[in-house]
Amino acid sequence: MAYQAHTDADRQRMLDALGITSVDTLFADIPESVRATGLDLPDPEPELLVQRRMTELAARNRVDLVSFLGAGVYQHHIPAVVDAILSRGEFMTAYTPYQPEISQGTLQTIHEYQSMLAELTGLPVVSASHYDGAAATAEAALMTIRATGRNRVLASRAIHRHYLDTTRTYLGGRFELDLLPTSPDGTTDLAALERALAETDRPVAGVLVGQPNVFGVLEPVGDVVRLAHAAGALAVSVVEPVSLAVLATPGEVGADIAAGEGQPLGIPAQYGGPYLGILATTETLTRQLPGRLVGRTLDVDGRRAYVMTLRAREQDIRRDRAASNICTNQALCALAATVYLATLGPHGLRDVARGGAAAARRLERALADVGIERIHTGAYLNELTVRVPDARAVHMRLLGEGILAGLPLADWYPDDPDLADALLLCATELTTDGDIDRLAGALARHHPVAA
Amino acid sequence: MDVPDDLRYSDDHEWLRTDGADGLVGITRYAADELGDVVFVELPAVGRTLARGETFGVIESVKTASDLYSPISGEVLEVNDALGASPELVNEDPYGQGWIVRLRLADPSEAELLRDAAGYRSLIGD
Amino acid sequence: MSARPDTGGDAVARPIDIGLIDRVTDDGSLGPRRAVGASLQPTLAELSVPGRRTDQVPHPPADALAGIPDDLLRSSAPALPELSEPQVMRHFTNLSHLNHSIDGGFYPLGSCTMKHNPRVNETAARLPGFARLHPLAPDTLAQGTLELLWELQGMLSEVAGMAATTLQPAAGAHGELTGILVIRAYHRARGDVDRDEVIVPDSSHGTNPATASMAGFRTVTIPSAPDGGVDLEALRGALGPRTAAVMITNPSTLGLFERRIVEVLEATHAAGALAYMDGANMNAIMGRFRPGAASFDVMHLNLHKTFSTPHGGGGPGAGPVAVAAHLVPFLPAPLVVRETDGTFRLERDGERPGSIGRVRAYQGSVGVLVRAYAYIRTHGGPGLCRVTDDAVLAANYLRQRVGEAWDLPYAGPCKHEFVASGARLRRETGVRTLDVAKRLIDHGYHPPTVYFPLIVEECLLIEPTETETLADLDAFAEALLAVAREAHEQPELLHEAPLTTPVRRLDEATAARRPELRWRPMTGAETPCPQ
Repeated sequence: MAYQAHTDADRQRMLDALGITSVDTLFADIPESVRATGLDLPDPEPELLVQRRMTELAARNRVDLVSFLGAGVYQHHIPAVVDAILSRGEFMTAYTPYQPEISQGTLQTIHEYQSMLAELTGLPVVSASHYDGAAATAEAALMTIRATGRNRVLASRAIHRHYLDTTRTYLGGRFELDLLPTSPDGTTDLAALERALAETDRPVAGVLVGQPNVFGVLEPVGDVVRLAHAAGALAVSVVEPVSLAVLATPGEVGADIAAGEGQPLGIPAQYGGPYLGILATTETLTRQLPGRLVGRTLDVDGRRAYVMTLRAREQDIRRDRAASNICTNQALCALAATVYLATLGPHGLRDVARGGAAAARRLERALADVGIERIHTGAYLNELTVRVPDARAVHMRLLGEGILAGLPLADWYPDDPDLADALLLCATELTTDGDIDRLAGALARHHPVAA
Repeated sequence: MDVPDDLRYSDDHEWLRTDGADGLVGITRYAADELGDVVFVELPAVGRTLARGETFGVIESVKTASDLYSPISGEVLEVNDALGASPELVNEDPYGQGWIVRLRLADPSEAELLRDAAGYRSLIGD
Repeated sequence: MSARPDTGGDAVARPIDIGLIDRVTDDGSLGPRRAVGASLQPTLAELSVPGRRTDQVPHPPADALAGIPDDLLRSSAPALPELSEPQVMRHFTNLSHLNHSIDGGFYPLGSCTMKHNPRVNETAARLPGFARLHPLAPDTLAQGTLELLWELQGMLSEVAGMAATTLQPAAGAHGELTGILVIRAYHRARGDVDRDEVIVPDSSHGTNPATASMAGFRTVTIPSAPDGGVDLEALRGALGPRTAAVMITNPSTLGLFERRIVEVLEATHAAGALAYMDGANMNAIMGRFRPGAASFDVMHLNLHKTFSTPHGGGGPGAGPVAVAAHLVPFLPAPLVVRETDGTFRLERDGERPGSIGRVRAYQGSVGVLVRAYAYIRTHGGPGLCRVTDDAVLAANYLRQRVGEAWDLPYAGPCKHEFVASGARLRRETGVRTLDVAKRLIDHGYHPPTVYFPLIVEECLLIEPTETETLADLDAFAEALLAVAREAHEQPELLHEAPLTTPVRRLDEATAARRPELRWRPMTGAETPCPQ
């Protein structure tokens, strides 16, 4: 049977060595009243049939549509070298580098990941990675609570819905999470932020803002930072890493923590993961940062080497007083990002970011030509929110024409009339002029006002 | 084992050097050796009031973390900031440059409740 | 072997007699293998040359960022390395040679289930239909993946003996957090709001108490009984109206089935608490013990352990959580549901109002779930039972062989792993278990888990898995016996070990005292980006 190493003769040899006649003897310690007898599952299948089944299932998914769907997960060109490296068994089938003498490959790549993400975020201390952008954001909120000793977090409502939901779950009623409204230009309402920070009986630990935010709009993060700091709170920028090739970094604008989703850095969409939670911070907050860190040191012969460090912060040592229960990281996903960044380099990554921005600007113009306008007035990079009457129904109809017209934002903001007709559309360097023309043409047909 | 005669000791391996109203606190050579290479000392805020036996910080070595317990009641007057850059002072000079906090003692007579050097030597089987 | 000048040492210079060479020619057997034989690598930053680049995407027009105010743009290009594709390929390939991996050799790391990672799973996960599917794609575009996830929910529920399974959690610890939050929601929904304690045995994984804290509970640790199991008296003493849950790893981290499991579960439920099973060790009991059927309320499964998905150098994993019927209302949303017409969909917002909410974005680490699904289809019910039987047989066989020279602090049979203690060896020779672990590296092995569980002195936790041949088990046993002999004959050799690796023991104290967590100073891109 599959992957098992033993012949019946081997099994017999082991049984003989143990002086028993049946493997059942080894399970006699399971009390009889709770002993199970087998599993009701499909029959075993040889590789050929498994492969056939998997191919059938995969073929039932539709990935051939022209897609303008982003909303936190962005389809980019992935250099061929990324999967060539990821497929190497030496990386893929190793585990946590507990023994640094035989894990320098994994350790050095994580150190390179930390170094490059520090360069992208402008923050010097980067964790070896978290589960995903949502979990990293939730951990960032908890960091602000630990660091300040306060128990209230403010978050812009224009942060990815799932990130806010996850943060709420993590804060779990033990700590407060208040949402900040947005202004008509699509940015977080700074006056509301000032008012919330001024409630001195409810001091704020941290302020979370997305950059770009969920509407695709660029936030005045520097202003958010200044207001937060003036009230003794920390500032968290929830970032998209490709955009950091061109946008002001969290470090430049004074944010204390950057959290984000690393999927755009060479990781396929895969219907939700595995992804890469990015978490970066200042040297001051190093010890509040949950999760693994890799540091550089020397071996006894003076050779440069890498090792997991600051371990005593972690769950296996601090147990119930650890900063977080996180145990693993997303090492292979971090490796994908490392290879991706090494391959693209600074100019290639800027081309990816600027390519998406250029395509989004063409998209805006093409839609305007058929009478479809942006809802917000704030500056954007590669994602924009447009008003399409009866957006949900139009979105459905366009599926039939082979077009995935982004995300109807009413899914995430069911109670907001301003967003009832909103479609969130994304462009990347993959988006062609032909794709844009198809979307504009189809919307013109399905949308009598524009016609 | 290095157990200076002029200090008092707690069962949690902290030492106390009193100077009338004030007291200096650190961990013993025995504790430092058991921990191994100390890499970080989490220090209390100056001004904090500690009860006898209260946890006031954490000391980390490469692979362990241990609580620090105050051997005596008092207010934190000063912490050893040098440990921030050089936590190894705890290993190198536990009774000198590796001191951890200076306290204004609430009740200097509490020192009598601690072990003397001979008592501590017997505790650690020395 | 060569060393870069800046690595500050000569990688070739080694102490001479490392005690291995003779053994290779001794008896003509396969003999020990070398751990890794590759050279250290410069950093990407050191390889970088300004102006070098690969050609991956078209150059966009110069005015691409025209609509964005200057103060929102970064002031200088990120100093990422500038490299050619051949350099990238060689750099990472050479780095890979510095790793020990399952593909390369035996990896008996206890509690981690380092079994073979089947390649058909990899092929499947890379099929474009799976890999390119956007997580917010409408259900109609995702029928293949949804069907797979729906089936997998059912298959994992069957293995767990539970009513339902959420596939969302990204790792075992994430599953624990999910499970404990579900338990909290259950108690609160019943108005039972004073339960603020979680009981864990002292042999538990560190994630258990850390999880309890993260979810706002106080951890109550109870000692283990002399036989390694739960101390029933201690448990009964700790249980009370404030107990929310008891977290039990079964088999325990000592590799032992909890013989008093029936009593443990009865006592837990009698106190109104729920029983959480840490399923990290499920490889030991598939088809032999179904936790839900035995009345556990919640458990997580580690797909990267039991269900063969690659460990990836420390992740990604996946930690689905299975629950009994009374906890289904509280599971995170969304679950995958099957409509009466045979189509599949994600639950809609608010469909299960009692849900604890999301623990992450989207539906789960689906790429990992696809691999686990392929593994279960390959094995079927009988195959998974055979996995367990072989894993347990191999562990007991290896245990017996290792027992020829090592102390086994707990009576057998063990399940899929066992503990040995180097306490006597340390007393007799001064050699610590850390030295033993490092010496095993010279013999070509990844060491077992050491110093865990914390309750065993000088502990080695050894898990062979079902995918190692009998010859490999014997060779590893011989290596451990040889190391025990070496400890008596040449203890200094073990203090110095490893001697055959690209780097030797590291200065971990300085690494932690003065962390160097990135390239410093920054090097790399110096040229301005072409506009």
